[in-house]
Amino acid sequence: MGPDFVQLSLTPMLIGTLAALACALPGNFLLLRRQALIGDAISHVVLPGIVVAFLITGTVAAWPMMLGASLAAIVAVLLIEAIKRLGRIDAGAAMGVVFTAMFAGGVLLLEQSDTSSVHLDVEHALYGNLESLIWLGAEGWSSLLDWTALSQMPPQVARLAAVLVVVAGFIFVFWNALKISTFDEGFALSLGIRARLLGFGLVVVTAIAAVAAFDAVGSIIVIAMFICPPAAARLMTDDLGRQVAWSAAFAIVSAVLGYIFAGYGPLWFGAAGSVSAAGMIATVSGLILAATCLFGPKRKRIGAAREV
Amino acid sequence: MEGFLNALLLQSGYNAALVGIGAALLGMAAGGTGTFIFLRKRSLVSDAAAHATLPGICLAFMAMVAFGGDGRNLTGLMVGSAGSAAVALVLVDWISRETRLPEDAAIGAVLSVFFGFGIVLMTVIQTMTSGRQAGLESFLLGSTAGMLFNEAVTIAIAGAVAGFLLLLLHRRMTLVAFDPEFAATTGIDVRATDLATMGLVLVVTVIGLKVVGLVLIVAMLIIPAVAARFWTERVDRLVAIAAVIGGVSGYTGAAASAAYPNVPTGAVIVLISFGLFAVSLSFAPVRGVVASVYRHVRFQRQVHLRQGLLAVARGEPIFDGLTLKILRFAGHIRADGVATLSGRAAAAKALRDEARWEVARETHQEDVSGARYDGLTAIETVFTPDEIAEFDRRIGDRIGVVA
Repeated sequence: MGPDFVQLSLTPMLIGTLAALACALPGNFLLLRRQALIGDAISHVVLPGIVVAFLITGTVAAWPMMLGASLAAIVAVLLIEAIKRLGRIDAGAAMGVVFTAMFAGGVLLLEQSDTSSVHLDVEHALYGNLESLIWLGAEGWSSLLDWTALSQMPPQVARLAAVLVVVAGFIFVFWNALKISTFDEGFALSLGIRARLLGFGLVVVTAIAAVAAFDAVGSIIVIAMFICPPAAARLMTDDLGRQVAWSAAFAIVSAVLGYIFAGYGPLWFGAAGSVSAAGMIATVSGLILAATCLFGPKRKRIGAAREV
Repeated sequence: MEGFLNALLLQSGYNAALVGIGAALLGMAAGGTGTFIFLRKRSLVSDAAAHATLPGICLAFMAMVAFGGDGRNLTGLMVGSAGSAAVALVLVDWISRETRLPEDAAIGAVLSVFFGFGIVLMTVIQTMTSGRQAGLESFLLGSTAGMLFNEAVTIAIAGAVAGFLLLLLHRRMTLVAFDPEFAATTGIDVRATDLATMGLVLVVTVIGLKVVGLVLIVAMLIIPAVAARFWTERVDRLVAIAAVIGGVSGYTGAAASAAYPNVPTGAVIVLISFGLFAVSLSFAPVRGVVASVYRHVRFQRQVHLRQGLLAVARGEPIFDGLTLKILRFAGHIRADGVATLSGRAAAAKALRDEARWEVARETHQEDVSGARYDGLTAIETVFTPDEIAEFDRRIGDRIGVVA
């Protein structure tokens, strides 16, 4: 836990944790609303968004990319809705049509355009490069109090922290409305809650979280964090508040343990080098989910036959 | 363009022709298989299977290298990928049956975790055999550039097997897709049939790895089936159309990829099938958007015309702009709103038909024809002239209409 740790491991770990939290919180509501795969769809369509943004601006600066990705996410959601309504196609298939086609478009654009000068490729989009987000300006734990060193932190830290505040703020402010409209939309409407608008707001917040996390850690963690921690939490409790708390805890544990296993795990086996942190974080979240599937106190459906 | 035509006509070299035929077979098998998971509303289960092939590929590669073989042997990699995809499908099924989590959450969880684990294994391979860059990344998005003859043959054989199984199982799969309870009462094992469908998905996924890649193979299962759905209401035709759409996209996609530089095969195949989907969504005769809009507009016109004529006949003023426009366009009223001769005749006819319908509904309460009244159906299309004359007799001259 010396200065090396602060320089090389602290920021990736922090970024992974923030990304995991930003995705897991809205994931709870998506899970309960049977929209868990929206996160999957959004994280695929982010690719054409950033490629188009790159083609227009010619840079890989963060803000145009995030704008492009958000627009792509919104286009995708509207397209899915349009295909569902116009063609009377079920939601899963409509989603499958849209996100694969948009992802394919992104791949084609990427291959066609000259991106050799910048770091933009499909592999990066899929599993990011968490390990590279190191904090060169740091000299030790004391740097955390040093303003000039702090300003040299990877910009993803501040960005993800801001996004996390937005996500948590949205959920905090609309807690009751979200809760009621998630479980009983008809009742919510009768209370004067604008459930449709709230649902769309949730999707927008999801898109923001997905895009910000994607920029830092790649799409595979995004999908895993939208689903695995909330799903595991769902098997722990019947109370929504506790479920959200559990999911946050699971997200943090996945991110921290995943990063540690990826960075130091191979050394324990006597191997050199490290493995993909993004992949390992997803794997750890999967192991947590597997454990709750087997032992979670609320894993059964209500009314399902009890084990004898 | 010439290169593209050459590729389409199998004239641009042996390898390109091989890839073209392989992609067409794959497209047909995927389109046909995809139809059944689409009808069963489980399209995205195949996405979990596709992403879950990655750890299997990596493990197979490691195993083959460990036993001193060539890690890139396609058959070995296909077996490995099928293994891990099968485990994933079983897990999705288990999670959605045994826990309270819904199926979509199970799909997403299994997909992301298996894929994440696959990425971990891939980084392990990269450090393990630094000399032999395995090139496993090519399975993410497919690559047909260096396809070997026996790889193409493997794909062709697997495609043919999938087609044969499809032919064998399509009746049961149809039954299970539309009415699982009824299928169970006729003695069909629903679970086994579902498993067989998923087995087919598995075969298609695995043979698609090399051509389209595991991220996009799910598109070949979903898009042709969804596109075909716009053209027909019959299952057999649906399967056939989906297979044709899949085959055409596979074939032209492979040709385009061979003819132009920097055109990845998988992506362009998916985009072509999406293009065919967009055409189907827009222009299919009954379910297409254009046809629906046309039907809606025609219906709207009929309603406004009818209501407008009745208003004219009753001497009521008309305020609705669209009604006035339609009446004027049909020559029933003049620009100042006064009815023309033809307008008065049509209005009288409309009012008389309304009265005839009233009688018809009284006298034909027992049979279907009386229930056909909706304010729009022309009475002549339901009743014979004799019957209409009878209605007229009953009406007598109760109301002052010009006959």
